[in-house]
Amino acid sequence: MKDSILRSILAEYPKDRAYLIDILVRVQEGDGHISDQSVQALAEYFCISPLDVKETISFYHFLHQQPTGKHIIYVADTVIARMNGYDAVLAALEQETGCALEETSADGLFSLFETACIGLSDQEPAILIDMIPFTQLTPAKVKSVIAEIRNGKTAEQITNPQGIDKTSLGYIENLVKSNIQECGPVFFSNKIKTEQILGEVCSRSPDDVISELTNSQLRGRGGAGFMTGLKWDICRRAEGEEKVIICNADEGEPGTFKDRVLLTKAPEQVILGMLIASYSVGATEGILYLRYEYNYLHCYLENILSDMRTQNLLGKNILGKKGFDFDIRVHLGAGAYICGDESALIESCEGKRGTPRVKPPFPVQKGYKGKPTIVNNVETFANVGRISEKGVKFYLSLGTANSSGTRLISVSGDVRQPGIYEIEWGITLDEVLEKVGAVDPKAVQISGPSGECVSAKLDGKRVFSYQDLSCNGSLMVFNSQRDILDIVRHYMQFFVNESCGICVPCRVGNVELLKKIQLFVDGKAVENDIEEIISWSKIVRSGSRCGLGTTSPKSIMQTIDRFPEIYRSKTAKQEGPLLRSFSLDEALEGYEKAKRELMPN
Amino acid sequence: MSQVRLTIDGKEVEAEMGEALVDVIRRNGTYVPTLCYPGKEQGCLGTCRVCTCKVNGNFAASCTLPVSDGMVVEADTKEGKNIRKAIVEMLFTEGKHNCPSCEKSGRCDLQGVGYEVDMMVSRFPYRFPVTEIDDQSEKIWLERDRCIFCQRCVNLVKDEETGKKIFNISNRGGKSRIEIDVELANRMSEEQALEAMELCPVGCILRKKVGFNHPIGQRKYEVKSIRERALEDAQATAEPSVS
Repeated sequence: MKDSILRSILAEYPKDRAYLIDILVRVQEGDGHISDQSVQALAEYFCISPLDVKETISFYHFLHQQPTGKHIIYVADTVIARMNGYDAVLAALEQETGCALEETSADGLFSLFETACIGLSDQEPAILIDMIPFTQLTPAKVKSVIAEIRNGKTAEQITNPQGIDKTSLGYIENLVKSNIQECGPVFFSNKIKTEQILGEVCSRSPDDVISELTNSQLRGRGGAGFMTGLKWDICRRAEGEEKVIICNADEGEPGTFKDRVLLTKAPEQVILGMLIASYSVGATEGILYLRYEYNYLHCYLENILSDMRTQNLLGKNILGKKGFDFDIRVHLGAGAYICGDESALIESCEGKRGTPRVKPPFPVQKGYKGKPTIVNNVETFANVGRISEKGVKFYLSLGTANSSGTRLISVSGDVRQPGIYEIEWGITLDEVLEKVGAVDPKAVQISGPSGECVSAKLDGKRVFSYQDLSCNGSLMVFNSQRDILDIVRHYMQFFVNESCGICVPCRVGNVELLKKIQLFVDGKAVENDIEEIISWSKIVRSGSRCGLGTTSPKSIMQTIDRFPEIYRSKTAKQEGPLLRSFSLDEALEGYEKAKRELMPN
Repeated sequence: MSQVRLTIDGKEVEAEMGEALVDVIRRNGTYVPTLCYPGKEQGCLGTCRVCTCKVNGNFAASCTLPVSDGMVVEADTKEGKNIRKAIVEMLFTEGKHNCPSCEKSGRCDLQGVGYEVDMMVSRFPYRFPVTEIDDQSEKIWLERDRCIFCQRCVNLVKDEETGKKIFNISNRGGKSRIEIDVELANRMSEEQALEAMELCPVGCILRKKVGFNHPIGQRKYEVKSIRERALEDAQATAEPSVS
């Protein structure tokens, strides 16, 4: 990158390493990669070593150190895409662009990469071309899109021929479907009156606001289900002059897309929740951490923030209340599932690798730059606004005694109406499956690969609640024809790809589990492998540092429990001295190879 | 500092609030291995997980947990030992650890811990990875076959003048590896280079131009095992600190 261009990018940000990832994304967008020369310049600017810059770059899969083609295509490789023609779409992409995965075409026009779920499971197969989404692809559609690009059109021009303003809702709805199938009392039913509600909140004491939230029994919707009121209360009482509110919009759990729809259809409701948090704990700094896969929402969100600044809903002395200062910046991710972990997300906000921190201290005590920090999920913040509007009684009237309110689920797979549903806690699996039009359901993956795999036959009466199926927002339905083992294998591959590598059980153990599950897929497993895979799964779950490793083996353990016949049918009795997985040819091949290399003549 | 009471394997013990659990367990006579833990002063890294114990019903790395009142710890259990041993076995298969030819043999933490957890052979398949040696800097070189990615060097070795990191990480997950900043490494003093080598719990960071300078039989863990040293050091942590 030209020095002058880089300098003008740098001028847009405070001189603070926390902005490194935002800047790297800009360099990546400008040059198609981040050259050694740019690395050197950034290192000098931030007074860190070039390797320190590369340490960050190499963690995120949307950042490249090698030159790429003029257009970068990311293909979402998910189990849902694979059920909907992924292979044909990928083949068409390779054919039309002239490059294989992980390659750049000879004409330098395209680079093709795989990526994990991009939050479009209800409209797959989907790809991103220069970060613009193309959904419900077929080989024919791929052919026409690539042809248009070859004719000089950009992804932007293809998807937005009318030139709709990028800051408008229409722009986003033109790109992707929101697919809201069923809205309820908390989300999407009516637009929240931000100013009015915030005004009312400000007329009460922060302690009052927090105790209302505690009484509502709202729990974090990101997955862990921690009591939101308690989290805020700890943060309010934590020592520190400055406090921070972070909205976790790094919706990376495969099969989840409800946060995308919330940010599309009700961003004000989410921001209102952040504002109420800031008022409650006395925070001045807000960060909305947006996964780069949702970059097409960026301008739209910036525009909403800017409108709110104009209305004095953000900035200094908000709504005329002296000392109520709060503003929000959008921080882009750059491709790392692990950044969904709150402490990894904070590291990423600081411009570093998204490595989960050692806990304690917890973010509410020492978070972003050591300041007490609240990290909540998009949906959690959206709930807060509605609770403030309608009151605790209203909220407690929804759901069950121990799980109040409603939750959004992102539904995909073998169902007639994929999309977003607002369900009340307390609903059974059977009821949900009927609601979404599940077709011949056999297995249901709740909360994504890190969640629960249940059987439609055995678990139909189980209840969505924090005591039973504490769904984090994803629900994937698989019919009786689907290859469950291959789905589990795909999930394990996902965890291997996304492990940050900092701790041994997750870094090493998940690879071993993947190899083991592959033995079953290949029909080379023996009885002992079932015992071993269970025992290794327990080790990975017990020893790992963060939620990735402590949950990654769940799909293996649960499918063995729920569908033992699948594993048994792929397992043979051990006969003779050699394991079935042992291939004599493969073992001897090493000798032949060594002979060729060492004795060429 | 205030005192807390906790239970370790059924025995009630006292400790100072905020002490690392692993130190307290060891002080009370149970050896729990560590590889990444550089000691109380330098803080915990929480990467190797070989100090995993059950705490209040859940497994956790005991170097990462400050003790608190009423904590119930199960350290000396069959299940905990199995997890710790499995993690050590993972490290032996992930890299290439050929002790007889390694100059850190006899003073290598991983080797020492391997003996202590009674590891004979790994339950996991050996991977025999092909790695790249980095010998670009003048004083030290990296033998990546042996790196266990503990992060000690990354976190604790800094350029004395600028405070910049000398060792870094590249990539993610299983592809991660340690990198060395040649320019900064060349500015290291002889003492700092030696410290870096000694800080490395395996034979990955090695000094150039010296090697195999300790006769077999007189090497660190041959004189005194890693277990004895750990238990002795833990006793020392109990002594009142001089301010």
